[in-house]
Amino acid sequence: MNDMRIVRKDVDMNDTKISAKKVQVFYGDTHAIKDVDVEIKDKTVTAFIGPSGCGKSTFLRCLNRMNDTIDICRVEGNILLDGEDIYDKRVDPVQLRAKVGMVFQRPNPFPKSIYDNIAYGPRIHGLAKNKADLDEIVEKALRRGAIWDEVKDRLDAPGTGLSGGQQQRLCIARAVATEPEVLLMDEPCSALDPIATLQVEELIDELRENFSVVIVTHSMQQAARVSQKTAFFHLGNLVEYGDTEQIFTNPQDERTESYITGRIG
Amino acid sequence: MHNDSKHIASAFDRDLEAIQAMIMKMGGLVEVAIKDAAQALEERDVELSEKVRLSDKAIDQLEESVNEEAARLIALRSPTASDLRTVLTVMKISTNLERCGDYAKNLAKRTGVLVNMSPIEGAAPSIRRMAREVEEMLRLALDAYIQRDTGLANEVRHRDLDVDQMYNALFREFLTYMMEDPRNITACMHLHFIAKNIERMGDHATSIAEQVIYLTTGEMPEDARPKGDVTSQTALGAEDL
Repeated sequence: MNDMRIVRKDVDMNDTKISAKKVQVFYGDTHAIKDVDVEIKDKTVTAFIGPSGCGKSTFLRCLNRMNDTIDICRVEGNILLDGEDIYDKRVDPVQLRAKVGMVFQRPNPFPKSIYDNIAYGPRIHGLAKNKADLDEIVEKALRRGAIWDEVKDRLDAPGTGLSGGQQQRLCIARAVATEPEVLLMDEPCSALDPIATLQVEELIDELRENFSVVIVTHSMQQAARVSQKTAFFHLGNLVEYGDTEQIFTNPQDERTESYITGRIG
Repeated sequence: MHNDSKHIASAFDRDLEAIQAMIMKMGGLVEVAIKDAAQALEERDVELSEKVRLSDKAIDQLEESVNEEAARLIALRSPTASDLRTVLTVMKISTNLERCGDYAKNLAKRTGVLVNMSPIEGAAPSIRRMAREVEEMLRLALDAYIQRDTGLANEVRHRDLDVDQMYNALFREFLTYMMEDPRNITACMHLHFIAKNIERMGDHATSIAEQVIYLTTGEMPEDARPKGDVTSQTALGAEDL
């Protein structure tokens, strides 16, 4: 009881990791993202919130060029990672995605052993010199994914045999195994129960020490719990971006207020 | 920023309206208590002062209900932004009103003692004027609350200066009476506590006005609130008489 400090979730890093300027995204004729400017800080959890179809996932997918895989999708504007344009012709999207990892809505482990799920990325990126190296990488990633203690005795068992929450933490461990700098998470807890959700949230908070995390979530409470910065998207526009505390206690834009308080805008 | 549009969950709107209705009901009871207590003092009406003492129970019960409802709203609805500020401010305002109710009850109790003493000339009407001013401030503060009117709230904050000045004048008057004749001391002490308590009610009305500003703007007023109570630095000697 002698610790009287309130744990404030301040942004302790002011370096910009990703800087997006005037980003536009089109799906065919549909203008999905309109003129979005945002600076994502390093070693900070940034939450993207907004109603379905507001463009938050689309924008997230711009950050590691996942939209390249959609033929009719066109991205304009600049997205800089550490000051370098990720849409530059010389950038290899595969290398980019090793730097900017991603975790999806539903856990999607490979139909392989737990060990191989983690080892896959480091192997193809040549991060391990030998088996001992690889073992070490796998253990470190599983520890970071907060799942090591649960799986260390059955690394050869199939990843798909784990529970949903464990599978998702396995996927997060897989994403961090390649030592990314940014971790994108697209509704990582929507298929999890409340306890597994809290475990993943705790994990996200720990990951913040090493990575910049960007999370898309439909749960406003989750955004409030895990993030230091929050961006509210609406109809393809970035309506408001600020410190999470400010967004949830005193939003400046009426649309943000309507959305987070659950009103018809 | 405040938002007038409806929640998607209509029960949430009903809950927020209900809790604010409790505040208005409390406010109404407190206004009547102040008015009746001051009237009972001036008219030396023991029956009316007894009524004031009994009515405080209803105010206390309402405060408890407000707290329970606020806790329920926080637990079940996780209010954010202006909804959160509404819940936080109703809790504070109910505390302010409950204190005012206590002061009115205390006034009524002291009236029960004072009726057995010879009256101090001019004191009761002055106290009644002061009570009327505070009652008006409280009414305006609650109007400002319901209308989310920061202009009106600021007006209330500045009116507290008048109450403070009335109290300063009474304070000096009582000192004078006591120095004139020690037999006045008991009555003057009671009257002084009454005046002090009414002055405190003015502070509570001011605090409610500040809550209105916080509720509407998200920030507490920055300028220091006007203060006019100088009695804590007042020394009155025989040479002043």
